[in-house]
Amino acid sequence: MEDQLREKAKELLEGGEIKVVIGYGWNNRKTRITPVFITKAEDVDKLVFNALCVNNLSIYLTRKYKDIQAMGKPAIVAKGCDIKNIVVCISEGQVERDNVHIIGMTCSGVVYKQELWQGELKDNIMPSKCHNCDVRNPHITDSVIGDPVDFTPPEEPAGMLFDKIREFDSKPASDRWEFWNEHFTRCVKCYACRQVCTLCYCERCITDKNQPQWIETSAHPRGNMAWNLIRAQHLAGRCTQCGECERACPVNIPLNMVNSKLALTVKESFGYRAGYDTEEHPPMIVYKPEDEEDFIR
Amino acid sequence: MSNAKVKAEIVSKEVEGKDAPWEPRITALVCNWCTYAGADLAGTSRMEYRPNVRIIKLPCTGRIDPLFIIKAFEKGADGVLVSGCHPGDCHYNAGNYHARRRWIGFNSLMEFIGIDMKRLHFSWISASEAIKWVDLVNDVTEEVKKLGPFGEYQDINKDGL
Repeated sequence: MEDQLREKAKELLEGGEIKVVIGYGWNNRKTRITPVFITKAEDVDKLVFNALCVNNLSIYLTRKYKDIQAMGKPAIVAKGCDIKNIVVCISEGQVERDNVHIIGMTCSGVVYKQELWQGELKDNIMPSKCHNCDVRNPHITDSVIGDPVDFTPPEEPAGMLFDKIREFDSKPASDRWEFWNEHFTRCVKCYACRQVCTLCYCERCITDKNQPQWIETSAHPRGNMAWNLIRAQHLAGRCTQCGECERACPVNIPLNMVNSKLALTVKESFGYRAGYDTEEHPPMIVYKPEDEEDFIR
Repeated sequence: MSNAKVKAEIVSKEVEGKDAPWEPRITALVCNWCTYAGADLAGTSRMEYRPNVRIIKLPCTGRIDPLFIIKAFEKGADGVLVSGCHPGDCHYNAGNYHARRRWIGFNSLMEFIGIDMKRLHFSWISASEAIKWVDLVNDVTEEVKKLGPFGEYQDINKDGL
């Protein structure tokens, strides 16, 4: 699979149209997978692909990374789940479909965190998104690397995350408040969740605006609550639950849980799942006259 | 209406009357064309209703950012009331439809986070529905009064200060 990938990268770079291949590679000590940016055909051996490639590289396509955009047309090594984020970016006009070459990787799952890796990919170290993955054979690509994977996701979303959400929904409101308040209070406002998110591509985030300041920027519970609520709200109907925010969080706030809850709501209410169609508008910018409104008096 | 003005209004409506015996403070974010006119009609018709509601007039429900609601709670509102034109009646054609989509998401988020949903109300009130407005304000005030002050949110306000 890696040989196939390297060959493809070489072919693309030698072809001249692709200026940079964004992919996965080892760090110097060969202990962790980090992003690599290959600009010369002779460097393609640095590219690797294995179960440690959990990072979502699609962020490098957004306008957060002007230096990468300046290099020219990129090719990106992407798993099905990463392609979902690219698709949202395309549907929101952030990336042009013709302006990126997607090298889709067939995937049998990745580890939740690289630290958990002990030489073998087991179910219990895979994130919930892998247990429910319907894009192990990538859905929107320019070229596909690897053999087709045979996997049918369960009909009802399964895995630890969804079990937790279901359990959580049945708890009384005061317990839920206590749970989230405890988590959000620990927030240190490092904004790693925002920085790592492909879809938080605003050049000026609402939290950076101070005339007027809607969200307090100090790491105080009040501002933390506002920030985390608004972050989730701004991702409603857009988040693909890649889980990068949760992985990046230094204080382990279960951010993916809020995101997934909203994704479930959006699917239930609008029948929309983010990341499958480059033409469809995100649900929060369109409407249907018959949208449900049983909570409105 | 600029963001700065909206914020100043939310803040000013929440600090007044701090020392009076406890009465729920309800912040109402209403649309200029329907609910505000409806409330106006209630006033000119000499209808009486609970004085706990602080009205903030906005051009359209589509103008209501979820941040307004969070800010109102932050600044001490015990309940928030959001109201605008009935579907199909929007002065700007579709503002309330967009708002409704946003609320569906935000409502589910607030519920998930554990905010008591008796403190957050959404409604459609047209310019002629003064009676509905009066009933709604009375109902919401009564409900929130039963719940007592929004201590949970006030606690996070105090934490660490």
